[in-house]
Amino acid sequence: MAHDNHNLAIFRGKIKFKNNQQKIWGVFILLSIITIVEVALGIIKPEVLTHNHLFSLKILNWIFLTLTVVKAYYITWDFMHMRDEVKFLRRVVVWTAVFLILYLVYMLLEEGSYIFDVYKEGFIKFNF
Amino acid sequence: MEAAVVNTGTEGKTWGGGNRPLKASYGKMMMWFFIVSDALTFSGFIASYGFSRFKFIDAWPIADEVFTHIPFVHGNYPMYYVAFMTFILIFSSVTMVLAVDAGHHMKKNKVILYMFLTIIGGLIFVGSQAWEWKTFIKGNYGAVETKGGQIIQFFNKDGERVALKDFALPVHTERTTQQKNTGIWYQKEKSLPTVSLSEIKKGFLANDNLVARTQYLDEDGKPIVLSRQESVALMNNDAKGVVEGANLIHNEYGHPLFADFFFFITGFHGFHVFSGVVINIIIFINVILGTYERRKSYEMVEKVGLYWHFVDLVWVFVFTVFYLV
Repeated sequence: MAHDNHNLAIFRGKIKFKNNQQKIWGVFILLSIITIVEVALGIIKPEVLTHNHLFSLKILNWIFLTLTVVKAYYITWDFMHMRDEVKFLRRVVVWTAVFLILYLVYMLLEEGSYIFDVYKEGFIKFNF
Repeated sequence: MEAAVVNTGTEGKTWGGGNRPLKASYGKMMMWFFIVSDALTFSGFIASYGFSRFKFIDAWPIADEVFTHIPFVHGNYPMYYVAFMTFILIFSSVTMVLAVDAGHHMKKNKVILYMFLTIIGGLIFVGSQAWEWKTFIKGNYGAVETKGGQIIQFFNKDGERVALKDFALPVHTERTTQQKNTGIWYQKEKSLPTVSLSEIKKGFLANDNLVARTQYLDEDGKPIVLSRQESVALMNNDAKGVVEGANLIHNEYGHPLFADFFFFITGFHGFHVFSGVVINIIIFINVILGTYERRKSYEMVEKVGLYWHFVDLVWVFVFTVFYLV
């Protein structure tokens, strides 16, 4: 990475910082806002969000998970300088992790809820 | 000595070697690959946490009721302290990336300052985590375990949580902690709970105002509170032991797996933070000694920075799955 060759635009170029320090503080403010929103939602737990489900997961949890991925994106892209790396270094790191993790998470969550059904519907007496 | 160099005729061609298509140094790329593999390890842990949670989806403890403490303050404050820890870690990431930036401009004193702040942030985080563990292990209200390993917690009719020691009535017994010399096969036992099961039973039956709450959740995701009659039956028939705090086998907050995963995942993450602090200190000393000034490159700071940000990245996910979702 060339030293003074930072990509200083975030939000697809909507916000452009003057220098790298400014970008760092800008991203910090963004991450702080996201964290504050998460904590506020976690404490208030609005009923609209906890009682409605999308694909059998609460809307609130979808929001939490989405915000987490957004945070992870900015940490990787701006703090870890992924934005300034070559396209294929980015792909080698991110795609490998993303595909393997999605597969792993899908398998384990699917099997977990299967076992839950066995406990619930099956002949095992569990509640005593 | 003559060098045995054979010309391959491919010099200057793409496959002639010496290319750096990813435009990153060896060390940095290996740090990235290590991070990918470590990310997969953490995903394995977090996914297995998800597996166990989905397996017991109707009986999983609610994080808001478990982590309610702030140091030096009494009262019920869910989430605030862990939010503070998150900020500390994000902020130490910011100072780290500022140190990397100062390194690019070869400003030694700024690198020293920012790395120092990063190390302090890391230490505060590890300390907070240790405190959180201590609080979690010590427990809060105490609970009773049934024969089937379910956890019963106690509430008064106003819906307020009641601690075991607040309603247990004294029963005269001679039960003492078994020592090694009196135990079967020289096994000693762990210290006895502060109140015995018979004292709790006596107190519970004497006080009509108390009800039991199971670890099972209703449709709204709230634990089911039994009626007084059901509670008395449960206490008389199924109560087996007293649980105060949490360890790897018993957990007063609910399912033992919750405590197991909490210890394992936050412990593994805390260990990463700790090793990150140690590596940061080593690099910090090198910066002060001027090693990178002589090397004319602060890339080493960038590499430990990558590791440090990764630790922050993992915390973002741990925070979500343990405290929010």
